[in-house]
Amino acid sequence: MLLIACPWCGPRAELEFRCGGQGHLTRLTDAMEVSDAEFARYLYMRDNPKGWHYERWNHVNGCRRWFNAVRHTVTHEFHATYKPGEPKPDLPRS
Amino acid sequence: MSNGELRLPTGGRIDRAQPLRFIFDGAGYSGYAGDTLASALLANGVRLVGRSFKYHRPRGILSAGAEEPNALVELGNGARREPNLRATQIELHDGLVASSQNRWPSLDLDIGAINNLASRLLPSGFYYKTFMWPPSFWHFYEHFIRRAAGMGRAATEPDPDRYDHRYEHCDVLVVGAGPAGIAAALAAGRSGARVVLCDEQQEMGGDLLASMALIDGAPAADWVARALGELGALPEVRLLPRATAFGYYDHNAVAIVERVADHLARPGPGLPRQCVWHVRARRVVLATGAIERPLVFRDNDRPGVMLANAARVYLRRYAVACGRRAVLFTNNDAAYGAALDLRAGGMDIAAIVDLRADPKGQRTEAARAQGLRVLAGRAVIGVQGSKAVSGVEVARLQDDASAAILDREQIACDTVLMSGGWTPTIHLFSQSGGKLRFDTETAAFVPDRATQALRSAGACNGATRLSDCLAQGAAAGAAAAQDAGFAAAAPPLPELDPDLDEAPMRHLWVVPSDAPVGHKGKHFVDFQNDVTAADIRLASREGYRSVEHLKRYTTTGMGTDQGKTSNVAALAILAEATNASIPQVGTTTFRPPYTPVTMGALTGRTVGPLLEPARWTPIHRWHVRTGAVFENTGQWQRARYYPMAGEDMHAAVEREVRAARNLVGLFDASTLGKIDVKGPDSARFLDLVYTNSWSKLAIGRSRYGLMLRDDGYIYDDGVTTRLGPEHFLVSTTSGNAAPVLSFMEDLLQTEWPHLKVRLTSVTEQFAVVTLSGPMARRLLAELTRDIDLSPQAFPFMTLRAGTVAGIPVRVFRVSFTGDLSFEIQARASHGLALWHACLAVGEKYGITPYGLEAMHVLRAEKGYIIVGQETDGTATPDDLGMGAMVAHAKPDFIGKRGLKRAELLRPERKQLVGLRLADGEHKPLPEGAHLVNDPGLPPPMPMLGHVTSSYYSPTVGAPIALAMIKNGRARMGEELYAPLPDRVVRARVVAPCFFDPEGKRLHG
Repeated sequence: MLLIACPWCGPRAELEFRCGGQGHLTRLTDAMEVSDAEFARYLYMRDNPKGWHYERWNHVNGCRRWFNAVRHTVTHEFHATYKPGEPKPDLPRS
Repeated sequence: MSNGELRLPTGGRIDRAQPLRFIFDGAGYSGYAGDTLASALLANGVRLVGRSFKYHRPRGILSAGAEEPNALVELGNGARREPNLRATQIELHDGLVASSQNRWPSLDLDIGAINNLASRLLPSGFYYKTFMWPPSFWHFYEHFIRRAAGMGRAATEPDPDRYDHRYEHCDVLVVGAGPAGIAAALAAGRSGARVVLCDEQQEMGGDLLASMALIDGAPAADWVARALGELGALPEVRLLPRATAFGYYDHNAVAIVERVADHLARPGPGLPRQCVWHVRARRVVLATGAIERPLVFRDNDRPGVMLANAARVYLRRYAVACGRRAVLFTNNDAAYGAALDLRAGGMDIAAIVDLRADPKGQRTEAARAQGLRVLAGRAVIGVQGSKAVSGVEVARLQDDASAAILDREQIACDTVLMSGGWTPTIHLFSQSGGKLRFDTETAAFVPDRATQALRSAGACNGATRLSDCLAQGAAAGAAAAQDAGFAAAAPPLPELDPDLDEAPMRHLWVVPSDAPVGHKGKHFVDFQNDVTAADIRLASREGYRSVEHLKRYTTTGMGTDQGKTSNVAALAILAEATNASIPQVGTTTFRPPYTPVTMGALTGRTVGPLLEPARWTPIHRWHVRTGAVFENTGQWQRARYYPMAGEDMHAAVEREVRAARNLVGLFDASTLGKIDVKGPDSARFLDLVYTNSWSKLAIGRSRYGLMLRDDGYIYDDGVTTRLGPEHFLVSTTSGNAAPVLSFMEDLLQTEWPHLKVRLTSVTEQFAVVTLSGPMARRLLAELTRDIDLSPQAFPFMTLRAGTVAGIPVRVFRVSFTGDLSFEIQARASHGLALWHACLAVGEKYGITPYGLEAMHVLRAEKGYIIVGQETDGTATPDDLGMGAMVAHAKPDFIGKRGLKRAELLRPERKQLVGLRLADGEHKPLPEGAHLVNDPGLPPPMPMLGHVTSSYYSPTVGAPIALAMIKNGRARMGEELYAPLPDRVVRARVVAPCFFDPEGKRLHG
């Protein structure tokens, strides 16, 4: 049961949240121009790192807001949680 | 032996003023308050308490704690019968009923013991090797194998007890209330930190309760009482006895099961039986102690062979002598302390057999000085007696320890105490993700690097001396509180007896005897799973060299005790057999739970009606009163049909459909998903999430919309109405209301935060009552004066606000039946009154309530799709014949690019069509049935598509179906076939609309 710091509500238990997968994906502005292969890459291909990962989370059973997080996929440590639109923090060295 | 013979006249922590009666295997016994079932059985001279898992060997009590592998019993009767409970952890109460397991017909005479005689035929992997051929027969064999093996029997009736869950947040959680844990709790608690101290036993104090040590000049138990008194008085400290921390999860989440009422003969009516605590701690101190290891010698499983320290615990805490005359078999100094304590308590120690050639510690000297017979450099090479120990055979070890055949001697005794050193209880540390280190001197895995905010202290951290336990505990508690932001300091150590020098241990993992291991008897490693040293060596010879494979092949370390007493020995024997070191062999992963947890406790109160919340519409009560048959759709309980006397579902649905087509039907559509969309950018937003355009929709008008995902496939549909310039009411499918709201929220918050739009779910705020059928207008006209219902004034796909039966409502002229329909939305609290008003006025029009099933038939007759029934997540608007609903000219909308993908433009895609069955077919096709061109081909034959909806249509007078068929729209009139298991059905492809294709009724 992870402890997740919602940037609006503070630390809450994981069961209040839903993970929304990889973060910082930008919706294609030229989608109609790109090839099917490029569009498929945008639509389906996601990072699957063993280590630090930029993620989206939704405080679905709380304030219902979305936010971003940097989480370690092995240790489950959260390096940061931050509001949408805020800059991507640098990854920790480890 | 007679009742109570082994109970000492004085001493112990039992309450002799409170005698208790209990029943074991049908016989009555007595004990005292404070006893465990194990201590009471021992006091009554009961030695044989169970039969082993595989060989049905007679077994006795090995330990005094959670590690007990043998003394597993069934507790209680009927619905409260619970199997596989450790007698060492069952608190005695008056009237307790327990029975032994894994024996038939009785514990004393057990037919299954034939397995022991045949054990040469039952090596490890026996079942895998024997019953694998022919492979299809495994299911046949399995039935008998499972019955023969089995442990206890679970209750078959529903659990009558209640279980609770609680959530707790604290600064410092201390697990284990032995010396280290209490010291940690004191150090942290005194700083004002919020501390939880939990311990699995009924009485806190751990080993100090059995100790003869003096602390500050007084018995250790007095120090425990003082410390617990102080902790109990601290307002931020919570003491949780009878509470096992069984799981250590991420971010210092620790699950604890508290046995609230298991120890009570008559639990109070308000008490749950057990309670699971979900603790989130800033810092955790693990003070979980250590478990004594058995030695692996021949027939070390006989009833009467037990751990040395367990005997000390029974004597000191429960005033029970485990026997009259004991032989201690050890590889270490600490066990001498137990022998001295037992002797002081009146037990006769016939000899101390020490594997070490020349033990020279202060305790060994003390034992010799007290006249105890110490047999150094020797081994117990065999145990005599079958259902009870009658003696041991001792011999001198050869120099290379390959055999013990010299100076053989028989020693009569009724008890063998063994001590192979101590295994730190690292389960929770390991579960937390902590890394382990192997300590060669003690041959034990100890905590190395923690990955969570925790500290280990005391015996679980490898400490063996009381002074170290207290000092480590105090330091860990103080540091934990400091980390949590409190000004804590480790208190000074109390005054203790001087530490004794100890001689090193001797690790001899398989004690030799006068025959090769595996002959003339068994060297047990894992008592619960009947795994012997010979089994492990055999497995290694057969190539099972990985510890994980060894575990699965031999089952060592499995079962209810998860190898608490056997793990290290099993690893060591495997290491020897593979010429590797123990750290090279490694250890298996420790997983929750530490000890078994009942399903009831894990489930808590989420059983029966509380398993999942049920959603009721505002009209639900009427449906129930009318005798509706319900169908669960998601969490909604919806009326499926309203059977009249003597009607089955088919008849009821047919009557309801006819009434709605010919007269007027009444439908509770309150579950319809409703999202209120407000804000200056509402129309722009809807343009982005639906395929069609909303900006030009006039106020008071409705439009059907399709919502796609980015990949271009249909996600949801529904009618949206413009209530004002910046105000829309979106309707979604019943099941998709919450996901669609989340989907839209996600887009607004993350993709288009510049759009000024607010979304509010109003699904439950409005009741929806639908009048449908030719009489709907005349009926409604009687109920409203302020809404002009004429087709000219109130055309299809528009909204009027007003009152119906005096209730403020919005009336939508939309239809999901294909008939003239009015969808009346009122505040939820007015829903039932509105329903009643329609029924009362509608009587003369033949009004008939219809349920979900009739609604499905009505909409299928009209060819209206249901997202999730006609669509399967891979359907496009064009597939459903709704290509015109896509406004390709819009600059952007979700799914716009996806629709252009090659796959979605491919010819031969499945398209929505209708099916009429050949004359004489009266049974509807099963939904999901495949359709083919030629049913005569051998399977697999090319599949053209499948049936998505199928009903008997009272309006058509025949079965109808909707189907998704390759190139369906080009196949109108074609004959296809549905090969069913019992017959082949011929069907003709028709347009997906069986009723009023011109829409006269709809618009009328």
